[in-house]
Amino acid sequence: MARLANWLRLAALIGAAALSAVPSIPAVAGVDLPKLEKGKGDKCVEDTQFMRRNHMDLLKHHRDETMRKGIRTTRHSLKKCVECHVSEKTGSVASSKEDFCAACHSYASVKLDCWDCHATKPGKKPLLTMGQGGQAAQASPLMASTQNGGSK
Amino acid sequence: MSEQIKQERGENTDRRTFLKTSALVTGAALAPGVLFYGVAQSRAPEEGASSNVRWGMLIDTTKCGDGCNDCVTACNTENGLSGETGPQDSQWIRKVDIKDLRTGYVQSLPMMCQHCENPPCVDVCPTGASMKRADGIVLVDRHTCIGCRYCMMACPYKARSFVHEPLTDQNPDVPRGKGCVESCTFCVQRVDRGEQPACAEACDAKGHKAILFGDLKDPESELNKALKANSSIEVRADLALNTGVRYQGI
Repeated sequence: MARLANWLRLAALIGAAALSAVPSIPAVAGVDLPKLEKGKGDKCVEDTQFMRRNHMDLLKHHRDETMRKGIRTTRHSLKKCVECHVSEKTGSVASSKEDFCAACHSYASVKLDCWDCHATKPGKKPLLTMGQGGQAAQASPLMASTQNGGSK
Repeated sequence: MSEQIKQERGENTDRRTFLKTSALVTGAALAPGVLFYGVAQSRAPEEGASSNVRWGMLIDTTKCGDGCNDCVTACNTENGLSGETGPQDSQWIRKVDIKDLRTGYVQSLPMMCQHCENPPCVDVCPTGASMKRADGIVLVDRHTCIGCRYCMMACPYKARSFVHEPLTDQNPDVPRGKGCVESCTFCVQRVDRGEQPACAEACDAKGHKAILFGDLKDPESELNKALKANSSIEVRADLALNTGVRYQGI
């Protein structure tokens, strides 16, 4: 084991030396890190760093709890993720490459199939309760934009 | 040991008095004659479905309106179905007309997943996606459904549909997608909020009141009172599936 660790250390040193020796090439060639839109709330339900690494586990755990046992807590529910992280521009979390989910997933080249079944947009119901109940379909995009404008 | 038992008993009496008083308070708060259906049956979100409950329905075909399609429309709206009735379209509930060929007597009734106690769809599912929740609602877990459609063949009620094409703009409460089998969920998202399924609500709103939804395990529920007072049958009772949906008047 000690030998392996030594080898690794050596390899890392060589790598670092190689990077510093060629300063004209940037560390991450070509692709910029994804720029994420800020979510609606003050902070996420968990620490940001924790969410970056573990959001998939939380979601998978929650999906089984909800689907199989009927436990409908909202802290780790996908629906609530969407409600906070929906893009102001597209009104979705995954319709363009700048949207919250799509931005990281296209950067990391990890295909996600949540959106084959789940809605990428928050429901119309909370918007409806804010008034103008009659024209649900028409009112919602307008309402969404005014709501977002107000929160700035 | 005996002290512990006493303590437990003491706790129980406390709980009993608490329950009594709270029942009195709720009784006083609700005006007599007001049926506070939803609130009485709702539960905390972290609680989960309980096996102390079994959801069921009694459908009175004599009250079901001939030509009325409101339950189907309400289901489509609630669950985001297209409403098309082609061979590749999803139908979670359909209106069926049955005719006695000898007498010519025609009846109309809604037909959907019967939420069997012993569901054949669950028996045949190779992945465990087809499942029965603790409260008796039969569901498809799309996360594990591979779209083999064995359950569709096993179901004697033709209740399940397969999604053939990609879908967009789903209802956030009702995820649906290509490659999975689906069927009536008793509007599980509404039931978990303490509401009744969309079809039953629409039928009430229309004034037919042909669909009565409730808890089969609660002897005091409206449903059980109706079941006790009227003759009702399971469709295909010969299969001994003990369906959650029963019909009256056929």
